[in-house]
Amino acid sequence: MSKFIEIKNLSFSYPGDSQNPCVPVLHDINLEIDKGEFVAILGRNGSGKSTLAKLLNLILVPSSGTVSVGGKLLSSDMSEEEIIEVRKCIGMVFQNPDNQLVATVVEEDIAFGPENLGVEPEEIRRRVDQALEIVGMTEFAKHSPHQLSGGQKQRIAIAGIIAIMPECIVFDESTAMLDPHGRKEVMRTIETLNREKGITVITITHNMEEAVCADKVVVIDHGTIVKQGSPKEVFSRPEELWGLGLSVPQVTELFDMLRCLGAELPEGVISEEEGAQLLFELLRS
Amino acid sequence: MAVLLRDITLGQFFPGNSLLHKTDPRYKIIIAMVYIVSLFLAKGVLSYALVLVFTFAMIIFSGIPLRIVVRGFKALMFIIAFTAILNIFWTKGENLIFEYKFIKIYAEGVTYAVFMILRLLCLLTGSSVLISYTTSPIALTYGIEKLLAPLNLIKVPVHEFSMMMTIALRFIPTLIEETDKIMSAQKARGADFTSGGIIKRAKALIPILIPLFVSAFRRADELAVAMECRCYNGGKGRSKMTKLKTKPLDIIMLLVFSAFTAGIILLNGITLF
Repeated sequence: MSKFIEIKNLSFSYPGDSQNPCVPVLHDINLEIDKGEFVAILGRNGSGKSTLAKLLNLILVPSSGTVSVGGKLLSSDMSEEEIIEVRKCIGMVFQNPDNQLVATVVEEDIAFGPENLGVEPEEIRRRVDQALEIVGMTEFAKHSPHQLSGGQKQRIAIAGIIAIMPECIVFDESTAMLDPHGRKEVMRTIETLNREKGITVITITHNMEEAVCADKVVVIDHGTIVKQGSPKEVFSRPEELWGLGLSVPQVTELFDMLRCLGAELPEGVISEEEGAQLLFELLRS
Repeated sequence: MAVLLRDITLGQFFPGNSLLHKTDPRYKIIIAMVYIVSLFLAKGVLSYALVLVFTFAMIIFSGIPLRIVVRGFKALMFIIAFTAILNIFWTKGENLIFEYKFIKIYAEGVTYAVFMILRLLCLLTGSSVLISYTTSPIALTYGIEKLLAPLNLIKVPVHEFSMMMTIALRFIPTLIEETDKIMSAQKARGADFTSGGIIKRAKALIPILIPLFVSAFRRADELAVAMECRCYNGGKGRSKMTKLKTKPLDIIMLLVFSAFTAGIILLNGITLF
């Protein structure tokens, strides 16, 4: 059986001007993502991670190599209906919540996606109510987006995608512009979607605490995948990540320092609870 | 100026539950037109009296506070004064009531000016009470889209037009906020927007407008991608969450306003004295 998302030997370059013919962004990417998986993609600015996201739903078309979603090969000569079908399957939430909301009333905005698909009015109503409930914003249905906080707006943007009922949602630095509180709200929503609704989640992020929740972490640098594995595996070698201009979760960093000082602690500690437990045992013995 | 920007409450919608609030936006646009046409039909004291009573009743029914309506008159002050002066001094009639050198004021001029002012005030009150105060911008856009739908046949992009309106309404507060931020940023660098002549002040706005435009284009670009990701591909095959349906109330409203027009035409025929 084929995987849900399969990326094979994918390369992409943005068309350039007469002096520099083209700007290579991604080369030779191979990646497989299962249904229901939670994948975090890490990489410094300009590493090509957002470009990778846009290749998943045909906003951009690969220069070479293939991307297939649900067994279907994506290509530029797909008909409009087929492209819509792909976008229905893979939803995308971006960084700035302000630039994703179209309507002046929250519920109208959430209805935008299903309206585009020509869904029946009663069904749209049902989906909007359900989406609002999932993101916990039911009481704000009649509000105007500019009355909401950043985290709330981002949750509305997520609800707008949920109403399309995609199998996979890509979060392209969706928490980067939010304050810690807003970030927590959005992260909680993302986790609920993955754990309870079984939606495949791909999150592109700078925030290591977010990557820790993922099943799989993919590190991209200069347009290629340099590391791939479970968070434990990826974060067990902090020096390597620092070399790539990234950081590791604070717990992992603390444990790494303690190990350097001679403490007997395991590698790859990523969750705060686990760290606290280990420290507690170390201090008691 | 920042304060001034925030005062432009576009749409000026007052949420409420009056009969006017509940009327279908399509019908409201039509009855607003009926009302405006009636205003221009009115001639003579009796029909103007009817117009005044009717307009006043409309305000009461809408539940919009009278002072809000009166506040709206301020914007028309200049036009009202101009119309009044023009009519008083330039209308020629038979009954001369005042003469000083070359200035001649006739009784007809005064009555005509009074009627003109009343007409202007009613025009403003009626259309704002009927449309802007009691219809939410989104309902209004939808109403316009539905009313203009027949134009689709002659290839007028009605859906695109209403989408543009919706997005414009959505981004007005966002862009105002942004203008505020840019102004503060430029002030922090020593920009001065409040002194100097009109040309100097206009020039001082350039450092605000350029960043604002750049950011508006960037926003537009991001919004377009986000809309595409949400399966937008123009108006075709689109449905709507809330469908507009004609209710008995809408028909009654239309009848009431038609009766108003008929009343004015009738009263025009009756001359006092």
